[in-house]
Amino acid sequence: MPLLTPAGFVLGMSALSAACIGLAAVGIGLGQGFAAGKAVEGVARQPEAQGDILKTMLVGQAVAETTGIFAFLISMILLFVNPLVGML
Amino acid sequence: MHDLNNLGPRIIIGFGDGSIFVTETVIFAIIIAIVMSVLALWMTNNMQRQPKGKQVVAEFIVQGIYKLVEDTMGKHNSNFAPYIGTLFIFLLFSNSLGIFGFRPVTADVNTAFALSLTTAFLMQYNGIRTMGFIGKIKHMGSPYPFMFPLKVIEELSFPISLGFRLFGNILGGAIVMALLFTSLETASEALHLPIPLLQAVIPLPGNFFFDIFEPILQAFIFTMLTMVFISMEIVIHGVDHDH
Repeated sequence: MPLLTPAGFVLGMSALSAACIGLAAVGIGLGQGFAAGKAVEGVARQPEAQGDILKTMLVGQAVAETTGIFAFLISMILLFVNPLVGML
Repeated sequence: MHDLNNLGPRIIIGFGDGSIFVTETVIFAIIIAIVMSVLALWMTNNMQRQPKGKQVVAEFIVQGIYKLVEDTMGKHNSNFAPYIGTLFIFLLFSNSLGIFGFRPVTADVNTAFALSLTTAFLMQYNGIRTMGFIGKIKHMGSPYPFMFPLKVIEELSFPISLGFRLFGNILGGAIVMALLFTSLETASEALHLPIPLLQAVIPLPGNFFFDIFEPILQAFIFTMLTMVFISMEIVIHGVDHDH
């Protein structure tokens, strides 16, 4: 029996790439933190506009989150419904 | 709790050879619709001039939604408030089903895309209604005609990202909660506890975040983006900026 079967190799590499997709979270964390920091600055300067600033910040952060959601979906597909194994 | 071996929703009823089926998503969505209708009917029957009790709550919800829509889309677009309000309350209920231990309705990609396609249809319909078909084509080709393909891609990507955002957030929360519950179950079995004490207390912060905070946030974001997208199609050439 060979040390490394093709299916084992594909599964291992899928798991590895699914883990590497986690790097997408770095960018989202930085972006959302930056937005939150700017929102805090805005509230400190203009406390009466807190509601509007909060609303705008949440919507902006949700849009910034999109890339991370796509990365999450790809990693979920790789982990649970792996299409690469069927190609062997 | 979510079954980790099977990502899709469970099939409740199957017809024939199993190619036609009803999943738990449909069942829960119908139950939520019935609950919403019954709540709406119950809260608005026997209305008085001096509101008290349940009528105060109903008026608070309706006024809040109208205020949100008027703040975001402008005073003249308050006729969108019923749809936006229904969408918000439906999303609120369907996202937070995980708190009862069921699979959230929006953790099914079909539900998320049905809702986002409704938004896309409303966008295009209102754009064509306000600008006319030729006017919309011209608007998409402005300021330069070669912007047209980019605009087409942009308008196609709005509903796709909207649907995947809702679906991904809710499914991610459900999977994290399922992982937490499974690991705690394994831990309490390894410790030979007579009652599953670990699963009773430790997941509460997770439940609070993924089943209460995140549903409210996602429902708000979905309705907010829907309003923004629709009003982007309606407000043309700086004609009406009253907010």
